[in-house]
Amino acid sequence: MSRLYAEDLKVAYGEREIVKNLKIDIPDREITTIIGPNGCGKSTVLKALSRILNPKSGTVYLDGKSISKESTKKIAQKMAILPQAPDSPDGLTVGELVSYGRYPYQKGFGKLTKKDYNVIDWALSVTGILDYKERPVDALSGGQRQRVWIAMALAQETDIILLDEPTTYLDLSHQLEVLELLHQLNRDEKRTIVMVIHDLNHAARFAHHMVAMKEGSIVKEGKAEEVMTHKVLFDVFNIDAEIGVDPRTRKPVCLTYDLVKSEQYEKNLA
Amino acid sequence: MFKTKTKVINDVKVYSRPQVGMTILLLGCLLLVLSIGLAVSVGAAKIDFRSVWEAIFNYDASRETDRIIMSLRLPRELGAAVVGGAFAVSGAIMQGMTRNPLADPGLLGLNAGASLALALVFAFNLGSSYFTVMLLSFVGAGVGAGLVFGLGSMTRGGLSPIRITLAGAAVSALLSSLGEGVAIYYKLSQDLAFWTAGGVSGTNWTQLKIIVPVAVIGMMVSIMLSRQLTILSFGEDLAKSLGQRTLVTKAVLMTVVLILAGAAVSLAGAIAFVGLLVPHIVRFLVGTDYRWIIPCSAIFGSVLLVLADTFARTVNAPYETPVGAVVAMVGVPFFLYLARKGGRKRS
Repeated sequence: MSRLYAEDLKVAYGEREIVKNLKIDIPDREITTIIGPNGCGKSTVLKALSRILNPKSGTVYLDGKSISKESTKKIAQKMAILPQAPDSPDGLTVGELVSYGRYPYQKGFGKLTKKDYNVIDWALSVTGILDYKERPVDALSGGQRQRVWIAMALAQETDIILLDEPTTYLDLSHQLEVLELLHQLNRDEKRTIVMVIHDLNHAARFAHHMVAMKEGSIVKEGKAEEVMTHKVLFDVFNIDAEIGVDPRTRKPVCLTYDLVKSEQYEKNLA
Repeated sequence: MFKTKTKVINDVKVYSRPQVGMTILLLGCLLLVLSIGLAVSVGAAKIDFRSVWEAIFNYDASRETDRIIMSLRLPRELGAAVVGGAFAVSGAIMQGMTRNPLADPGLLGLNAGASLALALVFAFNLGSSYFTVMLLSFVGAGVGAGLVFGLGSMTRGGLSPIRITLAGAAVSALLSSLGEGVAIYYKLSQDLAFWTAGGVSGTNWTQLKIIVPVAVIGMMVSIMLSRQLTILSFGEDLAKSLGQRTLVTKAVLMTVVLILAGAAVSLAGAIAFVGLLVPHIVRFLVGTDYRWIIPCSAIFGSVLLVLADTFARTVNAPYETPVGAVVAMVGVPFFLYLARKGGRKRS
């Protein structure tokens, strides 16, 4: 069994069930990407896995123990989550913000120890923002800001990092920068990374394990080659996709696609 | 070559936040002592600083100035300081907790609830002692906040800053009109009018003996929780991810707000704007880390109200101008200035 997995997961907002009897197993030391249309429950799964949302039923296990029974600070030492597009607080410096990543290890008044400072500097330099340490976060660009949040998650020193759409609102090169950084963290430090991501080609390019979701259930999971297929994309997104092979990475890519028009849709148009 | 150059430029920009915060805090304390000194010395009877010093540290009941200072002016200014600090800290907590820059105890039904409670106290003669009055105004503040949070969290998706604000506006309007209704029906408008506008005149040592410990404890707890508040201000998801027990933290913070705002309202009535304004001024000086915002808000809230109260009682002497009006008069333009400045920075 892997360190992080969930069984019979059912999550609901009020009466509406977002995730239905889901079973998910996050492979250790690999990058897992979750794809699916808007509202399919992919972010919800991520939130349930990271105890931000309480499931209606079912259990999430971390190291064999139910996360609802363990102390939340202990979990924060093993697993960090970066929510989707967090608001950046005006006026905090990069260093100050990242230092809050040490919170799970602090007691009482939370004076930072020498070790804390070392970890913070390490997190800043890995993400390439050590030079901005004394700058206010709101003076940074979107891409740099996203790296600050990732640095904060890194300062938590967790083996598992979950990210909800870490590339939203970033331009092409910044998207890739963030993904390369995560890839490097996985490759060099063997961190388990789980991310929800919209761009199918990015999802396929960086994933060891890919999960496709629709209407609260997993439709298909496996290697990128098994998930990025005409049939899966048809089922999940209702698109007619042309899948090729990326000449540089040898990973499957979606070259182009069309909407699948149902008969009902045609009728409505006419 | 190029790299070292940028490095040097960066180094110039480097400044240590704790040092800035500490300096501001110490300056604030000095300013507070000076403004209390000034406030005690000016008034209908002009008293020089020397006599103020004498009266406080070498009290002689046979001197008239000493009696004025010790029984009238000093308690009043201390009252203003405590009330200002309490409002400012509760405003800062509300702003961090709801992540709403416009949050203020007045906006969350606290003041309206406490005012209604006081109207009822006057109408039915419940206030046998000051302690009961204060206790009942806590209850009122609690009911107001309870209604706001209850209404705000009833819908799907729970409490969001915008819901809290909307529910707060509605509940405040309801409770204040009820309070005014009670006041009109029982012909209390005169008694309550000045109180509603806010004022610290007539503060005595008995009141201070109850309120100062309550407010000081409230502020101590806020300072102890300020790190938690910063984490909460990043958003609830992130706070949970960092391992904070957000529900417990919020409950404790809310209790502190109730205690501080309730104590302040029971002494001085609903003085608007202090809770809204002071944290913004402070944030402008020390950044958004609540470890600095909370203690600095306490000090600067005190300074603001002491000065405003001094102005209020001297500008049109011997008549008292409501201190709430003075605060609003200074506060609104400054607030607009800050809002403009903030808007420019972001655009």
